[in-house]
Amino acid sequence: MNQTSSEAIKELLYKMADDLLIIGHRNSEWTGLGPILEEDISFSSMAQDKIGQAQALYQLLNDLGEQEPDTVAFTRNANQFHNAQLLELPNGEYDFSLVRHFLYDHADQLRFEALANSSYEPLAKVARKVKGELKYHVFHANTWMVKLGSANEESHNRMQAAFNEAWNYALGMFEKSSFEDQLIAEGVFEGEETLQEKWLANITPYLIKAGIEIPASTSWNPVFGGRIGNHTANLSPLVEEMSEVFRFDPTAEW
Amino acid sequence: MIKSLDPRVTRAEIEIENPIAPLNELDQWETYEVFHQKKRGDQHMHVGIVHAPNAEMAFLFGKEQYGRRGFSVNIWVVKTRDVFASEYDDSDIFDTVPEKQYREAGGYKVMEKINKYKKGV
Repeated sequence: MNQTSSEAIKELLYKMADDLLIIGHRNSEWTGLGPILEEDISFSSMAQDKIGQAQALYQLLNDLGEQEPDTVAFTRNANQFHNAQLLELPNGEYDFSLVRHFLYDHADQLRFEALANSSYEPLAKVARKVKGELKYHVFHANTWMVKLGSANEESHNRMQAAFNEAWNYALGMFEKSSFEDQLIAEGVFEGEETLQEKWLANITPYLIKAGIEIPASTSWNPVFGGRIGNHTANLSPLVEEMSEVFRFDPTAEW
Repeated sequence: MIKSLDPRVTRAEIEIENPIAPLNELDQWETYEVFHQKKRGDQHMHVGIVHAPNAEMAFLFGKEQYGRRGFSVNIWVVKTRDVFASEYDDSDIFDTVPEKQYREAGGYKVMEKINKYKKGV
């Protein structure tokens, strides 16, 4: 692996790992507050899966010469994170959290699916390992989306409103990297544009079943910036809370 | 004013003085019985119950409640109300008069052969 492609791979790993860590933490904020016990446990358990997936990617970064996973996760400032802004937004009501879960997890599953064939074998290996977890996460998201999108007027209106709110942020997940062409040429990753096309094709049938409408494409206005460290004011307090124990005692085990 | 040191309480804006009222009976989802199978070919075993609005969600919940430690290869969910169960008052139907050796494996003639074999005769 030459110098440039190592930088390109690191950037890819950072944005994926940060997406997972931030959404993992956000979703874990529902623990103890979920709408019913069973859903609380399911959502929390998936949040733990996300943190575990993030850890696996931070480990790959560590193998490439970056710092230890915990150090990377807990000692950076908000502007050093590369997650899409969608994932740092506050949980809001459960409808928004479910819509974000649906939009993000579909993209995440497709990203890992493509990476299972990556020329960068360590990442391909992780991608193949998380396949089952992602399948369940997407199944969970689809079930809720279809059920609440079509259950009654209130649930439909709530899901549609949350969807409209999340949409441009969701498009922001596909912000292109400056290494885009290189990653594609070297067979590391298929690229954000292809990913977004596949994502749209995958979510559409569920949205039709749910009766949820995608905003007209003329109004699309992707919220970019997360990948280069531009974030909303919501990320800083999240990072602060997440790293509280680590900052208090870096050697603590929990 | 800080209401609680538990961040979840503050986040959820829970009124401590005014606890959440219990649900009415019909506000609760019905229950599903969950069965899991440890490996292909094994019998499915009953592992517990989940509340769910439909079978698909009962499966979603059953998987995380009872299968998340990775000991399952398959899950069944069945509406509790579809299970026909005997009454505990009738549990005497399982009592049986003991003097019926012919109904127990030990009563079969083949036991003689087995015992002979064991003794190495």
